Amino acid sequence: MRATIRVYWRLLRAGFRRQSAYRLAALGGLVANTTFGLLKMAVLLATVRAAGGELAGYDTAMMSTYIWLSQGLLGSMNLDGRVDIAERIKDGRVAVDFLRPVDVQAAEIATEVGRALFSLLPRGVPAVAMGLAVGMALPESAAAYPLGAFSLLIGIVLSIATAYLVGICGFWLVETRGVQICYMVLSGFLAGLFVPVRIFPPWLAAIATATPFPAMMMYPVDILAGRANTTEALGLVAVQCAWLAGVVAAGQALTRAGRRHLEIQGG
Amino acid sequence: MVETDQAGVPWTAPRPRVPAGPQVPGGPPSRATRLRAGLRPYRVVLASRARSQTAYRVNFALDLVSSVLTAFAELAEIWVLYRAVTGIGGLQFHQILLVFGLADLTFSLADLMFGHCDNLPTYLRAGTLDVFYLRPQPLLAQLVTSDITLRRLARASVGLAALIAGLAVNDIAVSAASVGLLAVALVSGVATFAALFVTAAGLQFFIVDGREMTNAFVYGGRYAATQPASVWPHSLVVVFGYVFPMAFTGFLPTLVLLDLPSPTWLPGWLGWCAPLAALWSWALALLCWRWGVRHYRGGGG
Repeated sequence: MRATIRVYWRLLRAGFRRQSAYRLAALGGLVANTTFGLLKMAVLLATVRAAGGELAGYDTAMMSTYIWLSQGLLGSMNLDGRVDIAERIKDGRVAVDFLRPVDVQAAEIATEVGRALFSLLPRGVPAVAMGLAVGMALPESAAAYPLGAFSLLIGIVLSIATAYLVGICGFWLVETRGVQICYMVLSGFLAGLFVPVRIFPPWLAAIATATPFPAMMMYPVDILAGRANTTEALGLVAVQCAWLAGVVAAGQALTRAGRRHLEIQGG
Repeated sequence: MVETDQAGVPWTAPRPRVPAGPQVPGGPPSRATRLRAGLRPYRVVLASRARSQTAYRVNFALDLVSSVLTAFAELAEIWVLYRAVTGIGGLQFHQILLVFGLADLTFSLADLMFGHCDNLPTYLRAGTLDVFYLRPQPLLAQLVTSDITLRRLARASVGLAALIAGLAVNDIAVSAASVGLLAVALVSGVATFAALFVTAAGLQFFIVDGREMTNAFVYGGRYAATQPASVWPHSLVVVFGYVFPMAFTGFLPTLVLLDLPSPTWLPGWLGWCAPLAALWSWALALLCWRWGVRHYRGGGG
């Protein structure tokens, strides 16, 4: 058991170090995130002001928290459905993955989580600093910090585990680009990337909460902005864990089914 | 992307040969004939690109669906905000619809023609850009015609629909001035966005790995162009009002068309100055492009 954990821990650290090699890319991402953040701030704060200082439970400070936390998480959340395994299924290298004495799904997720955790440093920290500079809201209760951090971690893992499902569609489809782009559009919108899910009209909010997307980004942000009290926060984390369990189980089942279906071309 | 040669175009010929056309025997070929001959390689390449995309039907259909979905989600984000309140930045939803229609339609058309300039870092890293240098055509013209992505046409249809809806629901007097303004705004808007793609491509020669940096003003610019610019703080007015003149693509022409009050830092008469904004953007773009091309030292192949 301990040996197994050590393998995945090593994979996670390898992912972390791999991401640290792309410094200029991290800087580029930061510049883009900040620009988008400033534009989001202009229009969303104008909306809060137009609503009379409070909109669906968000005041100006909470809206700032939402904006800068979500921008800072962009480097770590996999909302575009792009995963390395899709490429490896297409060109057949996945056959080698299946020969290794590690679980294909767990190895892929561990590596990606490692990369995501590194991205929190160059892209998350400056965004939070930016938020603090413009006066973002912080939760009142001390319990919100550990809960929020845990919720954030679950959100990151959930986004990666769900993107993995998109990648392994390749066992059946081979070319997954079309599916991936559809996924990218839907996940960004339903995760509340540009507009918080709570501002959606009720029918649209109902559709969003029926998907795992709000559990990736919206719930951790709501906990860390202090928009959800401790009881609500515990509820949100429970929902996140349930989604994660479901998505991981689906990934296991589909990986096994896909392995039986897989046909490697060439030789 | 280098297999462009498969289109059967004689790239190695120093100058495209003039085909036997309607020319006076013994006389010099007419200008039109020479122009046609000069454009022929580009036409052949574009046609082959268009054919190749429709070959994989399922993927092509999914491509079209996702492009429409992308534009639709962008409109939905605006709608959700405007639905929650009565007006943002002095505009109501039916008015921002016109801003969105103008900005998104012109962006999609520019994206259709210049969007794959975004692939330049891939060529740079793979060293395949050097092939472009061997051909007797301008580098930028080759890059622009190296690919055409039909799915971007599907995206433009959403912008067009929003523009038509915006024109229909707003009370706009049909006059020579309003029709003229609309035409000027559309042409200049496409040119302005196209210039952003070229500016980004020029800068890619320097930053290769940091390609996301240019997304800040290309895709950030698209996002800015669909916003009511009246909500911007001064810093954003400088960046997206003037340096990358995004307010000129949708917001300012809409102010003039609908006769709306304008913010202090972006007076309404600027709505007529969209061509100047386009010219400025192209000056910036060509400067960056020349600068980048001169900086390039080959892929080491």
